[in-house]
Amino acid sequence: MGQTPLPLSIRTKGSRMLYAIICYHSEAVVNAWSKEKDDAVMAHHQEVLGKIAAKGKLGPTARLMPTTTATTVRPGRQQLTVLDGPFAETKEQLLGFFIIDCESLEEAIEYAKQLVVDEGVMEVRPVMVSNTGVLNFGSAVR
Amino acid sequence: MTNTQDLTWIDAALTSARPQAVGALLRYFRDLDTAEEAFQEACLRALQKWPVNGPPRDPAAWLIMVGRNFALDEARRKNKQQELPDDDVISNLDDAEAPLAERLDNSQYRDDVLRLLFICCHPELPNTQQIALALRIVSGLTVKEIARAFLVSEAAMEQRITRAKRVVSNADVPFEAPGAPERAERLATVASMIYLVFNEGYSASGGDVHVRVPLCEEAIRLSKLLLRLFPAEGEIMGLTALLLLQHARAPARLDANNNIVLLEEQNRSLWDQNMIGEGLALVDKALRQRRVGPYQVQAAIAALHAQAKRPEDTDWKQIDQLYAVLESLTASPVVTLNRAVAVSKVEGPEAALAMIEPLAARLGGYFHFFGVRGGLLMQLGRADEAREAFDRAIALANTPAEAAHIRMHLDRLQKDGATAPRHRPTSVG
Repeated sequence: MGQTPLPLSIRTKGSRMLYAIICYHSEAVVNAWSKEKDDAVMAHHQEVLGKIAAKGKLGPTARLMPTTTATTVRPGRQQLTVLDGPFAETKEQLLGFFIIDCESLEEAIEYAKQLVVDEGVMEVRPVMVSNTGVLNFGSAVR
Repeated sequence: MTNTQDLTWIDAALTSARPQAVGALLRYFRDLDTAEEAFQEACLRALQKWPVNGPPRDPAAWLIMVGRNFALDEARRKNKQQELPDDDVISNLDDAEAPLAERLDNSQYRDDVLRLLFICCHPELPNTQQIALALRIVSGLTVKEIARAFLVSEAAMEQRITRAKRVVSNADVPFEAPGAPERAERLATVASMIYLVFNEGYSASGGDVHVRVPLCEEAIRLSKLLLRLFPAEGEIMGLTALLLLQHARAPARLDANNNIVLLEEQNRSLWDQNMIGEGLALVDKALRQRRVGPYQVQAAIAALHAQAKRPEDTDWKQIDQLYAVLESLTASPVVTLNRAVAVSKVEGPEAALAMIEPLAARLGGYFHFFGVRGGLLMQLGRADEAREAFDRAIALANTPAEAAHIRMHLDRLQKDGATAPRHRPTSVG
């Protein structure tokens, strides 16, 4: 059309948004990984996250335990029911997430691409409300 | 938690299931009245059953099934060709619900909802009737609520909707699943209808109330519904973002006396940051597709305004460029008028005035034209001409708030006399 092309980003300088990069993968596949493979994946994530942290952009991250450890609370007919197992039976499971401060969706997608391992899927989703809480997130088991 | 005493959860479930359920029933019976009646009946039964049995897994599927069975029974009863079925068969639906729900064709849902919205956009219906019909049929607002939103009597609105329904039911509505080109065409038509609903709320075309929040909220709900059904449509992302970014300013757009507060004079801390965040995220997503469209461009403009912490932080240069893109897409004098406001910030009021002069013939009956023109003349210190333009604007004002806003300019002119040019904001918030 010969017009001014649209800008790729309308973000003004200094604008920022927190993105959650949410990791889905088949738990059956991940559980079948050898320790070496699992360590290699974790090392890869640490390497990518280390670079993001060095820019001062890394928020909380978490890897969740297997869905077999999950318990689900659900509204029932008369009262709340507490069920063993995850929220829903799905092909892929939510395995963990990373919170990253990004200047653009483009940047968030770039990090997600770097974090992807094998057939794992990364969902990039902006955070609406966040609260860092009071916990030291460092060690999960205490 | 599900509380058996508190039935508001049922209301919410019925409201959110409505477009899908009525849309499917319409496909099934190909008659709007039958579809609505069937849905009403299904809702009544939901009110009896759900408090006892708890919510069904898929409320929309439940309502479609029950509504469909009711309407089929009604048809049989009227035809008297078949014996009435045992009432137990009808009321025993709960046990059969799961397998029946699975048999419903999920893939047709999105076209059902789209069709339901599309039939409200009949070209013979004036805009206000399209809006009223959509609010009645798709959103399920009562005639009383719609009448209140339009500030007319309930009887008048009832009549208007009945007339609109007659037009729609005599129209040829294609019930086959649409092909890609038809679907795109329907989406565009429906998007502009949703935008109309929003605009009617954002800047009322008449009456005493300048902003009607419920209409804005309903438009946002419909737009989000459409986006859930068509999650990869850039223009629907753009539309949703535009509505969110505009509506985010609602708390700051009127002062305590219901006077219009200009964008540049608004208390920006009142803007809804969650809505702005969601709007920005959607603009980001839409722009990535690199398929430019008018809603995306307008949303991008709104996004730039929304990010400016103070008026002087506004990126007018990029806004001017975006308006240029919008002009090439839609070529409307109103777009040029809006662009002129950006131009006045970048190049000064003289350039902006030169830009809008040629629009006078086409915008001679448009309130905002004279508002902007008066503002530019005032900045140039041409007080007499400014006064003349403002007088025309007052005569064309749609609401008391618009008139009062212009009167405020006139008062300033009065006070300033013909003193040196002053920079006054011209854009309307």
